[in-house]
Amino acid sequence: MLKSKTFVKKTRSGGVMKIVREHYLRDDIWCGSEVCTECKQESTVLQRDACIESDLCCFPHYLIPDTNVVLHQIDVLEDPLIRNVVILQTVLQEVRHRSAPIYKRLKDILHEQEKHFYTFTNEHHRETFIEREPGESANDRNDRAIRVAVKWYSHHLEKGGSDGPKAVLITNDQGNKEKAEESDLLVYKCEEYIKSLIANPELVDRLALANDEKNDISSSKVLFPEHFPLSRIQVGIKSGTFLQGTFRASRDNYLEATVFVQGEGEDSTEVLLQGLQNLNRAIHQDVVAVQLLPREQWLAPSSVVLHDEREAKDEDATEEEEKEKAMKNIADDAARKPTGRVVGIIKRNWRPFCGMLNSSLIKESTRHLFTPADRRVPRIRIETRQASALASQRIMVAIDGWPRHSRYPNGHFVRSLGAAGDKETETEVLLLEHDVPHQDFSQAVLSFLPKMPWSITPEDMAVRQDLRALTVCSVDPPGCTDIDDALHCRTLENGNLEVGVHIADVSHFIRPGNALDLEASNRGTTVYLCGKRIDMVPELLSSNLCSLRSNVERLAFSCIWEMNNKADIVKTRFTKSVINSKASLTYAEAQLRIDDTTMNDDITNSLRGLNKLAKILKRQRIEKGALTLSSLEVRFHIDSETHDPIDLQTKELMETNSMVEEFMLLANISVAQKIYDEFSECALLRKHPAPPPSNYDILTKAAKSKGLAIHTDSAKALADSLDVAKVDGFPYFNTLLRILATRCMMQAVYFCSGMDSDFHHYGLASPIYTHFTSPIRRYSDIIVHRLLAVAIGADSTYPDLTDKHKQSALCNNLNYRHKMSQYAQRASVAFHTQLFFKSRGILNEEGFILFVRKNAIIVLIPKFGLEGTVFFDSKDKTGPKLVFDEEGPTLMVEQHTFKIFDKVKVTISLDDSNVQHQKIRMSLVDPVIPGVSVPVTEVEPPAKKPKLDC
Amino acid sequence: MAGLELLSDQGYRLDGRKAPELRKVQARMGVFAQADGSAYIEQGNTKALAVVYGPHEMRGSRSRTLHDRAVINCQYSMATFSTAERKRRPHGDRKSTEMSLHLKQTFEAAVMTQLYPRSQIDIYVKVLQADGGNYSVCVNAATLAVIDAGIPMRDYVCACTVGFVDETPLADLCFAEESGGGSSLALALLPRGGQIALLQMDARLHQDHLETLMEAAMTACKGVSKVLDEVVRQHLQEVSVLTGE
Repeated sequence: MLKSKTFVKKTRSGGVMKIVREHYLRDDIWCGSEVCTECKQESTVLQRDACIESDLCCFPHYLIPDTNVVLHQIDVLEDPLIRNVVILQTVLQEVRHRSAPIYKRLKDILHEQEKHFYTFTNEHHRETFIEREPGESANDRNDRAIRVAVKWYSHHLEKGGSDGPKAVLITNDQGNKEKAEESDLLVYKCEEYIKSLIANPELVDRLALANDEKNDISSSKVLFPEHFPLSRIQVGIKSGTFLQGTFRASRDNYLEATVFVQGEGEDSTEVLLQGLQNLNRAIHQDVVAVQLLPREQWLAPSSVVLHDEREAKDEDATEEEEKEKAMKNIADDAARKPTGRVVGIIKRNWRPFCGMLNSSLIKESTRHLFTPADRRVPRIRIETRQASALASQRIMVAIDGWPRHSRYPNGHFVRSLGAAGDKETETEVLLLEHDVPHQDFSQAVLSFLPKMPWSITPEDMAVRQDLRALTVCSVDPPGCTDIDDALHCRTLENGNLEVGVHIADVSHFIRPGNALDLEASNRGTTVYLCGKRIDMVPELLSSNLCSLRSNVERLAFSCIWEMNNKADIVKTRFTKSVINSKASLTYAEAQLRIDDTTMNDDITNSLRGLNKLAKILKRQRIEKGALTLSSLEVRFHIDSETHDPIDLQTKELMETNSMVEEFMLLANISVAQKIYDEFSECALLRKHPAPPPSNYDILTKAAKSKGLAIHTDSAKALADSLDVAKVDGFPYFNTLLRILATRCMMQAVYFCSGMDSDFHHYGLASPIYTHFTSPIRRYSDIIVHRLLAVAIGADSTYPDLTDKHKQSALCNNLNYRHKMSQYAQRASVAFHTQLFFKSRGILNEEGFILFVRKNAIIVLIPKFGLEGTVFFDSKDKTGPKLVFDEEGPTLMVEQHTFKIFDKVKVTISLDDSNVQHQKIRMSLVDPVIPGVSVPVTEVEPPAKKPKLDC
Repeated sequence: MAGLELLSDQGYRLDGRKAPELRKVQARMGVFAQADGSAYIEQGNTKALAVVYGPHEMRGSRSRTLHDRAVINCQYSMATFSTAERKRRPHGDRKSTEMSLHLKQTFEAAVMTQLYPRSQIDIYVKVLQADGGNYSVCVNAATLAVIDAGIPMRDYVCACTVGFVDETPLADLCFAEESGGGSSLALALLPRGGQIALLQMDARLHQDHLETLMEAAMTACKGVSKVLDEVVRQHLQEVSVLTGE
């Protein structure tokens, strides 16, 4: 049957356009139920006994939610308990228009087989399609369409027998509900239904708070000005009265925020917002419209630290006002910044937040405040009956809305992450807060793994070079299970050396475009936390089939050079191969073999050859101007049973480390050149931009304080001057300087060669570079493998590989994931450091001043690779006299002057007064400054720990 | 607002068709008495009229005369009311000229021109309402008109436009699908022999996908040919009843 759909639409230029579309109605759309005998469907989604214990519906039933229920209660729908749900096409389309993130989540649920969610294409079904009546609004029409579909379902299911499942409409709209009841449909409100579920009371907490009046706790007093409607905001932005920008709450002051307004080209401005009224319910990361205040009302950013620490309830606003006043004083004209107020929200950027519950003082109360881990997010009011159980747990909460008369936004409980302070929980929190995908791999992903037992087939052998006879070995850190590189070296008849780098052939197992590939490209990288690894690819691949373990046959992608004894490359070749590693060594083991003159086996000789070449390569590289930078990396000795850190150790570097690194660099550079030659538009490369000269200020100033000059004109000059910068009697000085230099650098990034013209890698002093050598833990390497495979004719290409825009989008994701994984790694180290110091109590250690700030010094303790801040001013009492000189930079505290690189003694302790934000506290012991430094404390008990407020 | 979802997860397109399904085709032959052949076709909301004159003596410049076969002269035009916004120029713009040329090439491949040396065949097509696949619909209309004129052809020429969305080829695109991004390909086929009369695509497509797309296009063209064949037979029956044979 054919229907024509005609409607008018406003075009972008403001004109009105008539659009005529065909609309076909079908009679081959099935209901998706197991019970049904009428529909000729091949597979069914909805189960026969769709039973869930409920007071209201004690018979099997299918739920049919309307659009608003899906939009607001997606958390409930996601619960594994809720199954057998029919999502109508009308609902799906409306959700798609209204909210992209919820649409994505709904699609995920629909794809999950255990959830038994079925999409019914009602708009194209002959019996459920309805036409919009004259005078009917689009929303009313859709509501009616939903009711008609529910009606059809109930009639249709009745045909299968009276004891069969029934269709139940879930709606929160009173009008819709009444109309549905009129036409004899089973209809419930979402709350009603969820509360009726026996034995699952915790689901109630996941209900989003509806926005109707009775749910509001506070008095009817209006606290906030109204948000303008979107149409008015758009007009305002066009005419320039409003500015659009991203709202960034201040980390230190809950009454202050800035809005970053992206202007044309370079001229972006920041608008300051102060006071609750002006912040007007915006939350960190929202896109908002702001209106600038008249110039005489402009303010300076306050330097006060304010945390919202009050106990629930909306008390008088007077206290708030006082605080605001306190902030506003002493603003001299120069420091004033453009100030404004939020007039509307263009786009909310809410995500579920991790944090903890502050239970209400009244024991029976069900309304509580929730404090997010991120200080920039305001506290959220939630309703829960399990407050006592959740009190000491980390939980996730989603925001539902922020009415005008409520001091805090309303939200609902999503799920519990576990006990606070627990290692598992804290790891979960830091993974969530850093947006690291860490769920278990889905069935769809695992289905693309090779079937075990796996072996190399004759077909594989036919297209690969057989290198099993070579003496290949791998050198890795101890405990490494994902070995992605192995090396060999042998002397050829002509006296030259043949060196091979063999990389796990991950792209053989991960084929482009399948679920496994998509998952890996989304994860981007393996994240290494202390004592935990979040794999990019399932373990079967990462630790077994792809891992180049010793004495098993493995597929590899080899890069083989012929070199003369001066390490000049005579010939380079790439090939897919099969190898059989003869040994997997640790760095220390390899070092021992090289040093032990009595050993003369093949492996050892191969290692010596590699080591010799590596030294030459390294020298050549340094001559070209590569930088050797330094950063302290710590390693925890983890107790094998409790998994608690028992000792800290900075990572040691051996000759073999640099040997492996040297060949990896060489392979990466050779491959980068090859893929760029072959694919000049779509090669995935990695660049490291040269930092702007101003970045080096700190470094040159620091060196000057010791009477040394650092040249920063080029990487080579920098490397040379770092080499000669030494101070007698201060052996650690050079390392400190290199640590400082590291801080001056830019971030290296992936990019697509067709989208950029600057390829230079500053740190390695290489004109071109990429990542090829770790495909098990980096997705970029997989792409590079695929490009190289196409370049040597070993594999076929696919569309996305040669599309530079897609490639570039992928690079952005990889860079983001990479950055986040580093942050997560750092956070994990910080957390373990805290655990360590918790168990060790108070320690006195020596350290060096790394930076001097206005009111503090930052101290590095080499023994732990730990950095901490010693503050000199305090909140309540008058602090010591501070004189800061920016030129030095030096800081004079009373009589003592602190300079960069000074040696100081500090005590280290753990400040756990705030469970969510535990931190390491350092206080000064030596030099002794009266009123500032603290007496040397020997050991515990921590209860008596000296307090220096900071 | 999100763009249009051209193909839903359940496999339905915007208008409720599945990926390989054609739009509803309705056609009539012999709609005008004055011309030698004529036909009217509706493919969904795309409607076109084709008129054929000839074969007749060369008109206009005699220099274009070919001594071994007939010259085919095509003109494509769109009615000013055929689109959502009124068209200013019904024919003679770049697009129409190109389309005329494509039609000419298509029919030179299909009509047995060698039977009519030193003569000329005129084919005029006019799109009355445009909703995607204009070229294909015009070819189908012209085929019917040529048959109506009694000019021998090697086979029906059937054309269809296919697009490529989410790794799936979509047959017989409507306007929303055509303009919704993605590449589309127009194919004119002589279905019995499987020979290609014209193949046109001006978007980027990876070569790996070309084969699947071509296959889908061929199937769609064969579908069209079945419908056209029915129309012709139906028409013949009516005509023979009228003439009393």
